[in-house]
Amino acid sequence: MTINKKQDQITEDFELFDDWMEKYEYIIQLGKELPLIDEQYKTEDNLIRGCQSRVWLHADYKDGKLFFTGDSDALITKGLVSMVVQVLSGHTPKEIADAEIYFIDAIGLRSHLSPTRSNGLLSMLKQMKMYAIAYLSKALQ
Amino acid sequence: MFNDNDIITNTANNTDLEKIRSEFPILQTKVYGQPLVYLDNAATTQKPKIVLKAMDDYYKEYNSNVHRGVHYLSQKATDAFEVARRKVQAYINATHEHEVIFTKGTTESINLVASSFGRRFVKAGDSIIISAMEHHSNIVPWQLMCEERGATLKVIPINDKGELLMDRFEQMLDETVKLVAVTYVSNTLGTVNPVKEIIDKAHAQNIPVLIDAAQAIQHIGIDVQFLNVDFLAFSGHKMYGPTAVGILYGKEKWLNEMPPYQGGGEMIKTVSFEKSTYNVLPFKFEAGTPNVTEAIGLGAAIDFINATGLDYVREREQQLIRYAVNGLQTIDELRLIGEARERAASISFLVGNFHPFDVGELLDKQGIAVRTGHHCTEPLMNIFKIPGTVRASFAFYNTEEEIDKLVKGVKKAAMLLG
Repeated sequence: MTINKKQDQITEDFELFDDWMEKYEYIIQLGKELPLIDEQYKTEDNLIRGCQSRVWLHADYKDGKLFFTGDSDALITKGLVSMVVQVLSGHTPKEIADAEIYFIDAIGLRSHLSPTRSNGLLSMLKQMKMYAIAYLSKALQ
Repeated sequence: MFNDNDIITNTANNTDLEKIRSEFPILQTKVYGQPLVYLDNAATTQKPKIVLKAMDDYYKEYNSNVHRGVHYLSQKATDAFEVARRKVQAYINATHEHEVIFTKGTTESINLVASSFGRRFVKAGDSIIISAMEHHSNIVPWQLMCEERGATLKVIPINDKGELLMDRFEQMLDETVKLVAVTYVSNTLGTVNPVKEIIDKAHAQNIPVLIDAAQAIQHIGIDVQFLNVDFLAFSGHKMYGPTAVGILYGKEKWLNEMPPYQGGGEMIKTVSFEKSTYNVLPFKFEAGTPNVTEAIGLGAAIDFINATGLDYVREREQQLIRYAVNGLQTIDELRLIGEARERAASISFLVGNFHPFDVGELLDKQGIAVRTGHHCTEPLMNIFKIPGTVRASFAFYNTEEEIDKLVKGVKKAAMLLG
């Protein structure tokens, strides 16, 4: 499935919910189901520090594709991390570098991407793109 | 609108509450389709109509620059600005009106003292005392000044309830100490510190004291002459007034000895390229066009507090605090952070291992505004070994019904996160 297909799927899933609490229940559930980052990768280097919550991100490169795992100390952030990881994982560096992430806005959680919110999600997205660009330039050499 | 003969009686019946709440237009707001429950008053309080009107009237009727115009409007604006200063003077019972300096807030007031007092009185080997529960704005200005002057910053420790260790404080008062700067009320824990005792003990060693009253001025009556405090800093926006105005009270003798903080218009007597001479107090410390509108708004806020009666405010807020503490304690695994015997209108807590950010976000979507995080007191959070707290902070316009919603909201958040 393409990155955008995955984003559209998530957006559609969220349209089923009537109120905020149901949305959050689902996001929290996703966070709990997130395949945890391997403890050995939960290092200072992989830590993306937000003002309020912290996010860890680890990238693996296999068969020309990037695979991510992540974690957060806040459950709602973790749920969002889970969705972003699901959307971008298993794609080529070029696909990830070119991707436009619009689903967070579409499901009404745009505030999580505001720079002043500082929950680490925006920085995580930037970091994922950086990984993709790094592998892309390596491949071109 | 309240006037002086309209003091509310000492019990919160529904008529009083409705009347009070109707003075604050924003309290009728809905968020996410639900009535706003505003419990972030320690961050900023809401503004009564009388404040909004005073500021509106200024712009509509006599907006003009102060202290320099020969014309009618300028005189009128100057009079209103100086009346506001006298209202502040009366509110804190300062001896002279020129001991009241308009700043843009508590932060600037503290920076002013750190800079001007530091340059005049602090040298290498000296020290400044603060406490472990200070807001960053009563830590960093002193750090900057200490670095510059080769002085040391010393910190009064606290116990696990969040109270200052006064015996340790006394031991710290040696001849190197040039100033003690302590908060009256902790913005995170709600602890009310024994400031009179702190001032008396410091004065016994001839050491002046600055009190950060940002979280006290709206809850507790402050008489600077009774306290005998040397400097007092607070903000307008936390006492029902506008943002961008704050006060530095300083004893005349200190303010006269301190060099100016910023240079510019208003603060000078004569200027030549060789040497400038400075204006008298308070203008020496008010460079540039002052925040006239906001000062007038602050004056109106003081009128409002006086008409309501600070005793009533305090009594009512203490009722709300007790009610909230009791309610919150019915929540499984809820832990209060800071349990000082004497507290003002803030309560910090954590629920189980849930991140304060998650709890805060789930409260927000239920229409309840609280604050989460370290509340600009990172060193304090490190002492408690926690990433932050959820903080509910109250004003006298809050209701028991709103606190019930908070308790219910936290329970719902805990259920979703659990």
